[in-house]
Amino acid sequence: MARVLRRIGCELSFPEDQTCCGQPAFNSGYWDDARAVAQRFLRVFEKAECVVGPSGSCITMVRKFYPGLFCGVLPTYSKFYEFSEFLTSVAKVEDLGASFPHKVTVHDSCHALRELGIKEGPRKLLRNVKGLELLEMPHAEECCGFGGTFAVKFGMISSAMADTKLQNAVTTSAEFVTSIDPSCLMHLDGVFRKKQSPLKTIHLASILASEATQ
Amino acid sequence: MNAAAEFLRRSAEKAADLTHRQIIRRNMETYDVAAARGRTRFADWDAARERCAAIKHEAIENLDALLIQFEEKVLSRGGHVFWAENSAEAREYIAKLAGDRGVKRVVKSKSMVTEEIHLTPALEALGCEVVETDLGEYIVQLRNEPPYHIVTPAMHLSRVQIGELFREKLEGVTSDEPAELVAAARRKLRAAFFSAEMGISGANFLVADAGMVAISTNEGNGRLCTTLPRIHVVVTGIEKVIPRLRDLAYLWPVLATAGTGQPITTYSTLIGGPRTAGEIDGPEEFHVVLVDNGRSELLADVEQREVLRCIRCGACLNACPVYKQVGGHTYATTYQGPIGSVLTPHLRGHDFDHLSYASSLCGNCTSVCPVKIDLHHHLLHNRRNSVQADQRPPSERLGFRMWRWMMMSGSRFSQLAKLGKFGARVGKAIGIDPLKPWTSYHAAPELPRRSFRDLWKDGHV
Repeated sequence: MARVLRRIGCELSFPEDQTCCGQPAFNSGYWDDARAVAQRFLRVFEKAECVVGPSGSCITMVRKFYPGLFCGVLPTYSKFYEFSEFLTSVAKVEDLGASFPHKVTVHDSCHALRELGIKEGPRKLLRNVKGLELLEMPHAEECCGFGGTFAVKFGMISSAMADTKLQNAVTTSAEFVTSIDPSCLMHLDGVFRKKQSPLKTIHLASILASEATQ
Repeated sequence: MNAAAEFLRRSAEKAADLTHRQIIRRNMETYDVAAARGRTRFADWDAARERCAAIKHEAIENLDALLIQFEEKVLSRGGHVFWAENSAEAREYIAKLAGDRGVKRVVKSKSMVTEEIHLTPALEALGCEVVETDLGEYIVQLRNEPPYHIVTPAMHLSRVQIGELFREKLEGVTSDEPAELVAAARRKLRAAFFSAEMGISGANFLVADAGMVAISTNEGNGRLCTTLPRIHVVVTGIEKVIPRLRDLAYLWPVLATAGTGQPITTYSTLIGGPRTAGEIDGPEEFHVVLVDNGRSELLADVEQREVLRCIRCGACLNACPVYKQVGGHTYATTYQGPIGSVLTPHLRGHDFDHLSYASSLCGNCTSVCPVKIDLHHHLLHNRRNSVQADQRPPSERLGFRMWRWMMMSGSRFSQLAKLGKFGARVGKAIGIDPLKPWTSYHAAPELPRRSFRDLWKDGHV
């Protein structure tokens, strides 16, 4: 992600003091713990003009759930962007000059899709990648089954959902499943490898960072 | 075994059952296609949802006054209205009525509230024969099972399974042909309609200004249940009331479209009371049992009262990827799927909190809900309530306290990956896999040699 952002001329900083947005505790019902970590998160990024994250889920936490968590005391949440959203809506770039000669299918991550309304952006970016063949799988919008602690508490249901995703992705003959959420990808990757599927997972940022090898 | 442990056991079993998954997928896909086509009949489906949400919102905000308005109209036509605080009161009222009138046979059209209050066993204990007349309900009754789905109770069964069931239980069935199966059920059900002294139905809506009960069925069984027997009893939740008759112009088509993709349910019936002088059909006695059973408490909860808007269309079940894996029976609740997970802790207490955690929070339920209930966010509220009511295991509490301690410091956080690797090595040495809940279903994660943080520090990014 850093490489892609530099390529389009962004000046980057990485506050090394950053930890977590607080979503794990929030989603599990521990709102007091989440609030403390969330407050810290906002403080760490206070000075940044724009904050870009490679995860639709973390950005959802900040933009959609912080207002509820802080009961209407509203600092600026709107400067937080999911990576593909930042590229297409803020930087207004769709061609990153990337090259990735593979067949790729997109998994729509739930938070990015339903909470942030991100659907077309990642596809536009992928269509401009040289050599990339974009294939749509059936039920691309259906959840992969990760859901944070859900994947640990209800492993059997969660992995069955990933298996359903795998079956849908396989019908496209794609080599890679991509998404804008590392958590979906980590989950899918774990299940794919456990089931010894040759299908690989890759984050959108990694595809966009790929350049043609001479 | 408590409800949470039982859910875990049953859900793991069902999620591994590939035949079950296949049947549900196939049935759901038929539904998905029909519902998608149905939505295109609306010039603006979202505006219709918005309108229905507003109508139900108005109803919930004025529930007391609307229910009294409804009651007055019904009483003025000679009907009876009974306000039941809980399941037991509702059951006792209906059981007493059946006993006093010497009822031997009861026909029922589909009603989830009668499931909620466990009415059928109470009537059977009195010696009444109770027959479900919705075909799906009849099928699950023959199997001695609760409904699998609030709208399509026998969704988990294939035609072949139903054929086998009918050959075993009914006369004159020789094949799995749908026409033959339906004909066999019809013979049985027609006889029941004509001999029953009491008909029990639910209600889709209680129309306050008209004082009428609106019932939608696809098989016409609702009309037979409510007109042929001498006594008609409507059993319904108090949240079903709506302000005006004209609201049905929105609610009927939206309910049908969200539920099955139909433009409108085949038989839409309005009933206002018992048979009056000069009428050629209808029951001699008409009773409406208004069931509270925890709903008033939910009404008092400003944050979550919108859950009472639910019109029981079943769309959220069909949209739910968890439901598709575990199926309806696994929930062990009257209402399954997302709405069941949201509602049940309010109706039956913290023993059902685990259902709010059995969700990936994907939000597909919310995106299909025709009355715009923010379902997956209510799951988050339920989870928070569970923590606040001290219902979570101590290990989880402790875990999050440690997590918070870790996350409150950048330097502690940066050591996390190293700590993880160290933990994994120690675990391996002493033969314990600390990641077992993960690695049972996933290949172990492949951690990069160096973290982004380290690369950044060294200027490699």
